[in-house]
Amino acid sequence: MYVAVKGGARAIANAHAWLDEARRGDRDVPELGTDQIREQLSLAVDRVMAEGSLYDPELAALALKQARGDTIEAVFLIRAFRTTLPRFGGSLPVATADMQIKRRISATYKDAPGGQVLGPTFDYTHRLLDFGLAEGRDVPPAPMAETGLESAPHILSHLGGEGLMQAEPDGAGAVPDLTRDPLEFPAERALRLQALARGDEGFLLSLAYSTQRGYGRNHAFVGELRIGAVRVSAHLPELGFDIEFAEIVLTECESVNQFQGSKTAPAQFTRGYGLVFGQSERKAISMALVDRALRAQELGEDMSGAPAQDAEFVLSHCDNIQSSGFLEHIKLPHYVDFQAELELVRKLRRAAGADALPEAAE
Amino acid sequence: MDGLTPGFASPAVDAAHAFRAVLDTMAHPGRLVTLDGPAAPVPCSQAACVALLTLADATTPLHLAGAHDCKGMRDWVAFHLGAPLVGRSEAVFALGTWHALGPLAAYPQGVPDYPDRSATLIVEMADLQANGTRLTGPGIEDAAYLSLPDTDALRANASRFPLGLDFLFTHGAQLAALPRTTKLGDG
Amino acid sequence: MTEYNFAYLDEATKRMIRRALLKAVAIPGYQVPFSSREMPMPYGWGTGGVQVTAACLVPEDSLKVIDQGADDTTNAVSIRSFFEKVAGVATTESTADASVIQTRHRIPEAPLVAGQILVFQVPIPEPLRFLEPRETETRTMHALEDYGLMQVRLYEDIARHGEIARAYAYPVKVEGRYVMDPSPIPKFDNPKLNMSPALQLFGAGRECRIYALPPFTRVESLDFEDYPFTPSKAAGHDCAICGAQDSYLDEVITDDSGGRMFVCSDTDYCATRAAQMEANA
Repeated sequence: MYVAVKGGARAIANAHAWLDEARRGDRDVPELGTDQIREQLSLAVDRVMAEGSLYDPELAALALKQARGDTIEAVFLIRAFRTTLPRFGGSLPVATADMQIKRRISATYKDAPGGQVLGPTFDYTHRLLDFGLAEGRDVPPAPMAETGLESAPHILSHLGGEGLMQAEPDGAGAVPDLTRDPLEFPAERALRLQALARGDEGFLLSLAYSTQRGYGRNHAFVGELRIGAVRVSAHLPELGFDIEFAEIVLTECESVNQFQGSKTAPAQFTRGYGLVFGQSERKAISMALVDRALRAQELGEDMSGAPAQDAEFVLSHCDNIQSSGFLEHIKLPHYVDFQAELELVRKLRRAAGADALPEAAE
Repeated sequence: MDGLTPGFASPAVDAAHAFRAVLDTMAHPGRLVTLDGPAAPVPCSQAACVALLTLADATTPLHLAGAHDCKGMRDWVAFHLGAPLVGRSEAVFALGTWHALGPLAAYPQGVPDYPDRSATLIVEMADLQANGTRLTGPGIEDAAYLSLPDTDALRANASRFPLGLDFLFTHGAQLAALPRTTKLGDG
Repeated sequence: MTEYNFAYLDEATKRMIRRALLKAVAIPGYQVPFSSREMPMPYGWGTGGVQVTAACLVPEDSLKVIDQGADDTTNAVSIRSFFEKVAGVATTESTADASVIQTRHRIPEAPLVAGQILVFQVPIPEPLRFLEPRETETRTMHALEDYGLMQVRLYEDIARHGEIARAYAYPVKVEGRYVMDPSPIPKFDNPKLNMSPALQLFGAGRECRIYALPPFTRVESLDFEDYPFTPSKAAGHDCAICGAQDSYLDEVITDDSGGRMFVCSDTDYCATRAAQMEANA
């Protein structure tokens, strides 16, 4: 006689024990410390912080260790932790113009006050495997400039001075909060940027790339890309003054995009904006291009039906915790709905006389 | 903040019990339940106090009507809820006697795209009995009865469904609810 | 951090969900947006149901969790143990003994009674989504009570297949107003939605929607006068374990030469019947 499969709880516990063991790997190899992950896999840590929308390199390193290096799983761990944290208030806007710059480049000007600073970039490395790293070669200290790097004004501010760059309105008033209110359309730009900042890097990269290839093309130049530390402060109404409570590393990208003027508005450049936790320039540039594409409607551009111009499409699908959760849920049991479908298809086939066909034809 | 009455002794569990009772009333219009918990300053009933502690906070603008708009209540709201005090047109919750709360049209009624964006009125009653107006509709198997203050205004509210206000009626520790779906009288 | 709050969610989040639940009960079948939180299980795995359950539970509750009608499927086991851990509530596999039942894809066979709460996990709460992917469009259709597109689609089914070709997540109309997705329950279960004495709550976490059917609410499956709705299940079979003729059946493949058998998907219903048969034997 048939007996339904039991023992779900034990099967789950055993699977988790196996996962634990697989995570540790060969015990003859020293265990990875979260400090090693934080220091030596720092770009992975940065991505987890950005998409997890929680700035804490220690926790991000732990999440990466726990997730066996699976970025999205690590992001998920961080998000699920973040959601339990009490919220004391919002910070004041960070002043990226005062950033302690580690890297700062412009594709639109050969030079500008503050100069071009390459910083710790892969850009001009030849992508040749460095076998010395496998052997643990010495890493000599990098040469340092005589003076520390200064903060520098935004390059696009020079365009703004000439009136060539469309000014952005001051972000006064309450900022919408994606994590406190369900997404609603039409979504204003602050909300869109918020969603993009925690959106999946791969998804944004593909969308940005699609605009370059003509699906909502908007002729982007990287006006400026800067990476460095900024101070975060909050206003405490009880005390009546601002208090600085953190320093975080950000990557900021401002793209310069062309805009046809009209009878009422003289020709002006427009801007796409990307801002990401940590060092993550691929994401920041992608975000700037997608931000600009999503402005097509407000700028009165032709809506070509390109995916990157469609706010409802982009914002509804950019979160990798939502998408991976829903995608992977289809591996859960669906016996009941499948059975219902099975019966329906059998019935429709019977009605169509298909049951006269040989079994082998199925 | 001297003289403030206490909030929930055990916030998570007390609020859970209170919510189940409120949910029970909203799911069974006309049903009377008792809301145990702390008392609020005069003239607020215990049931209204517990309902507010359970549902209202800094994200829910509150309108205090008539005698409920007193220093004791304002201090209590500031300390226990942190809810911004507002006029009728911005209220998510409103508290007062039927007479002080009116007119109903002044409160957010919801919009066709979002009928949920309507106010919930907590009506302090001099008496609350399971008799009087006959109630039918979702949540009611056959019929329920409730001593309502103004059936014409409430009937007009129900006629706007899916828009409209929802009501909690309170007296002492007793609570009953009337969502916008409930039909009043025999009609 | 070592201690989580009762039922995991913080109090501000619970208040937000509770407010949404009350509005959902007040507007039966209408999907109330709520600011769904990230939960410690993936979106698509019952986060909406878990949040609704967490907002409703009291310590005295007896909680039953089923997936596909069964208490012992892995995700049901996982969610049940989550609430044992974070809310300390008693759990049960008995439909009759449960005060709160969280379910995925089924309504229990044993009739629910007054006082029980049935919480559905919902993947896609919007019944019009398979016709129109844009939320901005479907919201307007609900506001205008414009369900013509749905009627057309169902009628196209009839034209093509001779019947409405939807076997699960079969749309319903609530109190003659809102068209609602009953979650992916088989249409066999649809009649149980109508005039149930229990309170039925629906949570869609990823899609940030909560909706409800108060007890004794009129719920009609969409159909046409000449093509009336019919609940269906595996035809011509009884449960191979308990012999039930009135329950929804899972088909189980027993060998590699086409052998199959049919057993109750509701494991509690089946085990209760089997135990009675043994006692009577």
